Amino acid sequence: MPDNAASEAKPAVTTTNGAAAETRRQRMRVLISALGMLPVLLILCIGFHVLSEGRFFTGQNLGIVLQQAAVNTVLAAGMTFVILTGGIDLSVGSILAASAMAGLTLSKLPELGMLWLPAALLTGLGFGVVNGALIALLRLPPFIVTLGSLTAVRGLARLLGADTTVFNPSIPYAFIGNGSLTLVPGVASIPWLSVIALLVILVSWLVLRRTVLGVHIYAVGGNESAARLAGIKVWAVLIFVYGVSGLFAGLGGAMQAARLYAANGLQLGQSYELDAITAVILGGTSFVGGIGSIWGTLVGALIIAVLSNGLILIGVSDIWQYVIKGLVIIGAVALDRYRLQGSART
Amino acid sequence: MNDPILEMRGVSKSFFGIKALRAVDLTVYAGEIHALMGENGAGKSTLMKILSGAYRPDPGGEIRIEGRAVRIEGPLGGRAAGISIIYQELSLAPNLTVAENIYLGREISRSGLLARGTMREGVGPILTRLGADFLPSTLVANLSMGQRQLVEIARALHARSKILIMDEPTTSLSAAESERLFALIRQLRAEGLAIIYISHRMDEVYALGDRVTVLRDGRLVGSLDKPDIRADTIVRLMVGRDVSSFYKKDHDPEAGRGHPVLAAIDMADGQRVKGCSLTVHAGEVVGLAGLIGAGRTELAHLIIGATPKTSGRLELEGRPVDIRTPGEALEAGIAYLTEDRKALGLFLDMSCLDNINLAVLGRDAKLGWVLDRDKARERADRAFAGLSIRAANVGVPAGGLSGGNQQKVLLSRLLAIAPKVLILDEPTRGVDVGAKSEIYSIVDNLAKAGTAILVISSDLPEIIGICDRVVVMRSGHIAGEVTRGPNSPLNQEDIMTLATGTEHLDA
Repeated sequence: MPDNAASEAKPAVTTTNGAAAETRRQRMRVLISALGMLPVLLILCIGFHVLSEGRFFTGQNLGIVLQQAAVNTVLAAGMTFVILTGGIDLSVGSILAASAMAGLTLSKLPELGMLWLPAALLTGLGFGVVNGALIALLRLPPFIVTLGSLTAVRGLARLLGADTTVFNPSIPYAFIGNGSLTLVPGVASIPWLSVIALLVILVSWLVLRRTVLGVHIYAVGGNESAARLAGIKVWAVLIFVYGVSGLFAGLGGAMQAARLYAANGLQLGQSYELDAITAVILGGTSFVGGIGSIWGTLVGALIIAVLSNGLILIGVSDIWQYVIKGLVIIGAVALDRYRLQGSART
Repeated sequence: MNDPILEMRGVSKSFFGIKALRAVDLTVYAGEIHALMGENGAGKSTLMKILSGAYRPDPGGEIRIEGRAVRIEGPLGGRAAGISIIYQELSLAPNLTVAENIYLGREISRSGLLARGTMREGVGPILTRLGADFLPSTLVANLSMGQRQLVEIARALHARSKILIMDEPTTSLSAAESERLFALIRQLRAEGLAIIYISHRMDEVYALGDRVTVLRDGRLVGSLDKPDIRADTIVRLMVGRDVSSFYKKDHDPEAGRGHPVLAAIDMADGQRVKGCSLTVHAGEVVGLAGLIGAGRTELAHLIIGATPKTSGRLELEGRPVDIRTPGEALEAGIAYLTEDRKALGLFLDMSCLDNINLAVLGRDAKLGWVLDRDKARERADRAFAGLSIRAANVGVPAGGLSGGNQQKVLLSRLLAIAPKVLILDEPTRGVDVGAKSEIYSIVDNLAKAGTAILVISSDLPEIIGICDRVVVMRSGHIAGEVTRGPNSPLNQEDIMTLATGTEHLDA
């Protein structure tokens, strides 16, 4: 009932002053949730720079951070679509592995080798659509469905390479994984992996904020029953978001394959879903759906990459890195709760 | 009835400089039913929350219980002071038993283990006294709404409360359950409890109230004793003006009535709706009356395809249409305003702009799917101006608006598709009097423009005030139709007779 208090206080807020103050507060709230973790990211960067005695802000190290963030950014972008509808996709790590295996296997066939990239993408899309169909049409809980495919698709990934590591040192489009786009010759370049990640973020933003489908995604996450009554095809929205998540996992698989020239169905992408979810939540997207932004996800993914990179730079042991990252996840969810208190849905 | 049990003197409460309550004096005696009335936003909830300890009043006022000044602090403060509140939305845990709910927060344990037996025995006498037809060991999830209310009352009695505050207790009760509740309230009054009864419904206040206190804009504007309780006096106090022109019906039901637009024939869902047919003509406002649970909302859901039908068909402007989802209904031009705007209507976190445009995004979009933001903005601005929606701007989340403004936002979404048929389910529930009359005039104007309108409402004066004829449902069937005579208005008793299936009804 706390909203009663607000509505009781409302009638008096008709003065222009009150309305202006209300707008300002509203803007502040939007700004805070939009900026979200950006200050945290900056503080982390500066902190690591100082603690590592100036080794963080170097062209080379920043390149490494961007490259390390790339795959997780792509996975987290897909995860953002899913979590915005109030769902979850636990299977992205497995789908990534299966897609990479499918791509690499195909790339070794001389006449079809060039098709490995679309094959990896389609493999991811296919698994994603199956997830979506199970969730939307059979109305099974997303957690259960994707927990199942986490295991099943991992099995398929191993099956694809007969449970061995598949190598292809001459894989086409290898520049995706290891090349850089030269911005200013000899001065500035940016890894292709990072370019792809940024493009994925940009496309996601366009879809979420500039298309009818985007509004429908937010609507389904905000209130699924109301969305149904408002004439939104909820099933189609759900299949779409899980399809996107699968497609981006497939893209992540292709990126990994091009980078490593190899894939192993058992090891590749293990527990990647956790990093992706962490990035989304760190980015301010609410776990209950309907609230969040793709830019937040980018910031979240960068925080994770900066944490890993910075902790290594300052010589924190591998074991403590786990502890610290875990605490960051819990802190992020605590923030999520805190943020929800300020929203209309109390 | 000599010494008051509760006295409030000069109690105020402000939120961020806005006065929600201004120096309210309220006196309640033991053994009386004191009705508290007022529009939404008049300060009833704030007053209640002060008594329950959820809010702390501004300094300066005084609250006395049985003559002693008290400070009510924290959620348990009210109960400690002998005050229990039964909220509109009941606060029971459905997964626990009746006894566990009554003892919630004060469980009896023996060496660390729950003493379930003792607890069950402890609540037995109270349940008997209330005439409960269920056991202490029953799961609350298996109880009807009326029975759950009884559990709430039992909880209050068990806490030895002397003052019982009830907030719109009959909202989700059937007529029979309401009658039983009234009898129980009278019994509690005879036992010496003071009951503060908050309600919007005039008939309940007539039936129960020993005194009526009316709040408006945070002020106490008047108290009436039993002989002076009259509807027009109360409404005048609540609104602060004469409301003879409250219900607006300028459209001409005879001349304006056009061809049949919506015809539902023999609709059934296999459960709550058992073969219902009705027709709505262009420019006509048809009321759909009936008791709660008669199947009115379910029939509306069948018409718009929100639930699958087991039989029946639909004709739109004389042509058969097959509508299987709410989306198809909207495309065909049938819009439905839900009775539960928070759960089924609005997206509270989304902006008013998005909420208003949601149904026409696809129609407006460029290249089929790219949002046309200028058009959306324009439409939202038009809706804000046309329906006088009051909010800082179209970008604020819908959840921050008052009930009346939320309802107008939701209505704007439906009007955006320019519907041929508009089904309004409890259009003024939880809406203040000002917004109510605005909604009535919107309905009137739509009828003038030729829209076929079906209004589901439990508020009989509203149905009579704005409708041209009334179809009455009872237990899933159409019980009959009430029309107006040449010079006689729609008759409330005729409607109630059909709705209840009795020839005679008092109360």
